[in-house]
Amino acid sequence: MDNKKILIIGGGPAGLEAARQLLRLGWEPVIVEKTEQIGGHLSRWYKLFPDMMPASELLEQLTAGLEGAKVYLKTRVAYMNRLKDGYSIMLSNGTGIQCRAVLIASGFSLFDASKKEEYGYGVYDRVITNADLEAWFAGASDSRIPEHPRRIAFVHCVGSRDLKAGNSQCSKVCCMTAIKQAIEMKERFPDSGIWCFYMDLRLFGKKYEDFYINAQKDYGVHFVRGRVSEVSEAIDGSLVVKAEDTLAGTPVKLNADLLVLMAGMLCNADTATLARMVRSEVDSDGFLRSRDNIYRINESRRPGVFYAGACTGTKTIPETMAEARAAALDIHNYLCGND
Amino acid sequence: MIYQGKQKIWSEYQKGIPSDGWFYVRSCIRQNFFPASEKFFLGICRDTLGHDIYETKHHTTCGGIAYHSDAIPQETAMTIVARQFALMKEAGYKNLVTSCITSFGNYTEILETWREFPELETRIREKLWEATRREFDKPEYVAHASDLVYKFRNEIAERAAHRLVDVHTGRPLRIVEHIGCHYSKMFPHKGIGGAEYPCVLSGMVESWGGEVIDYPERRHCCGFGFRQYMVKANRGYSLSNTHKKFESMEPFRPDAIITNCPGCPYFLDRWQYVIAEQTGKTYGSNGFGIPVFTYEELAGLILGIDPWDLGLQIHQVAVEPLLDKMGVPYNPGTKYLGLNEKDIMRPGLPSALKCF
Repeated sequence: MDNKKILIIGGGPAGLEAARQLLRLGWEPVIVEKTEQIGGHLSRWYKLFPDMMPASELLEQLTAGLEGAKVYLKTRVAYMNRLKDGYSIMLSNGTGIQCRAVLIASGFSLFDASKKEEYGYGVYDRVITNADLEAWFAGASDSRIPEHPRRIAFVHCVGSRDLKAGNSQCSKVCCMTAIKQAIEMKERFPDSGIWCFYMDLRLFGKKYEDFYINAQKDYGVHFVRGRVSEVSEAIDGSLVVKAEDTLAGTPVKLNADLLVLMAGMLCNADTATLARMVRSEVDSDGFLRSRDNIYRINESRRPGVFYAGACTGTKTIPETMAEARAAALDIHNYLCGND
Repeated sequence: MIYQGKQKIWSEYQKGIPSDGWFYVRSCIRQNFFPASEKFFLGICRDTLGHDIYETKHHTTCGGIAYHSDAIPQETAMTIVARQFALMKEAGYKNLVTSCITSFGNYTEILETWREFPELETRIREKLWEATRREFDKPEYVAHASDLVYKFRNEIAERAAHRLVDVHTGRPLRIVEHIGCHYSKMFPHKGIGGAEYPCVLSGMVESWGGEVIDYPERRHCCGFGFRQYMVKANRGYSLSNTHKKFESMEPFRPDAIITNCPGCPYFLDRWQYVIAEQTGKTYGSNGFGIPVFTYEELAGLILGIDPWDLGLQIHQVAVEPLLDKMGVPYNPGTKYLGLNEKDIMRPGLPSALKCF
């Protein structure tokens, strides 16, 4: 097989950045995206922490210079067969592709917050998720968000680090997303009070801790260490949020006009199907299993199959960018016989 | 409130409830608290609706009340339960229906424990054989009696003499539904509608024309909570729990409360008197309390059974305001006449809570 095609499954940030890099290295990436637009979750996000960079700006950068790449929207991989020196792939639109390398960048799904029934998502009018709020920031209308919310509460770790919900992993981005969104809400509603209910704050990245301190010092965001036990609706439509403040050692009750659930990250449901096609492995957390989790995160155990982004675990955007570039380089070296 | 959101959750928590072939076990305490409820459960389901429900005088307590009060170990409760199962097998029945919520929780917990630890089931079989020379089969279905009434709710509605509607205004009556903690909080998938938004009682209310109130302390304990009340020093805690619930439901102006637990209607009913005596506050209109009913009592009213035959004169909170709203006829003169018109005597009237 002598063609230069490389199949990239997933048109989110990982797939787009890998495609950009592969183009620069002289390859011909083919992006297969199951939805009707590229960008993944990024296309529905407003601003990115910690620099508050508009998500649209990053998306523009990622899509600029993709002219040489073939992009199939609303398309899935129907089946994939292993050849002697590559893969034969049939797409759901009837297109056949033969290539020597496949990059899986299938990303993540958001946890369905309605599964945490006690929080009332889908039951009470003023309960939304981080994604709903981000879409509202970006301009979508949302009747659940009151005109002048006086009290806004954020619940961290919804469906993350939660064995009962079947997800033991930390979603990594929710603590910072909650802080970012709390600040954005405070900027829009300066008179509102904002409370964040957290298990513990995982602020590992550059400038994350500064962001957290600013949220308290400059924006007056209250942080309550404790899980929310239940949410219900008062007669005026406001929400009654019950939690335990584990630092004060006391139960707390808060009347909120809006509750934002920080829905965690799960591996995409179709990732297991993809894994079966390439005879790759799924890890105990549902994400794809890399060759190892230290040195070869981008590599599968199958020749010519590579990973990038949140298909192998929860990732921030900077981590995803770094992985996408690393995966592109790994593929380049693999195809050039530089291993 | 997004009703469809609740419907979505309800659809995930349904369970198989056969119409017939049930072995009925009564509660230890309900016959004292609400003397006609169990009689009318059998009367409605067996005699009026024609379903096969059997009971035997040989069954005993399930041991749940002692187990939850830390008076006996679980193995003792298991052996008592094993004997009930043996009686069910001897009677030729395979499905168990309990009158008591704590019994339902107890049977469910024991069956789940045996599923996890089969060696424990084997040991209990041996203990039962040593003690009684009996053998048992585990039930195919375990239901609470309210599950059956939920299943038959539309059959009851079809025969309704009255509805949960204010006959003077046509307004659906606002009903608080209170679910016993041991119904589904331990095993959400064993209850109809799950643990967060159970629909076993709300389904009855809606079928019978009423409107369900979802108030902030809906999930909170009624105040019984076993040790909250049984340990005398904790009774203030029991009362404060009930008080919290009434303060929370008050703005919604409920017309009545429906319950499915032996303890809940008792405490929600009796503590209204204590709250009124201590604070002067009443939660119904015009100095009355909010009447509290078992689901059998409410089903009985819907079907046109005489309120005094249903034992409603035993309630602390006067039920007459609700009877008037529903248009249920009653004779005030016969309220305190028992079987064969025997005078069962009138209770003393409280100073703050208006009663008849």
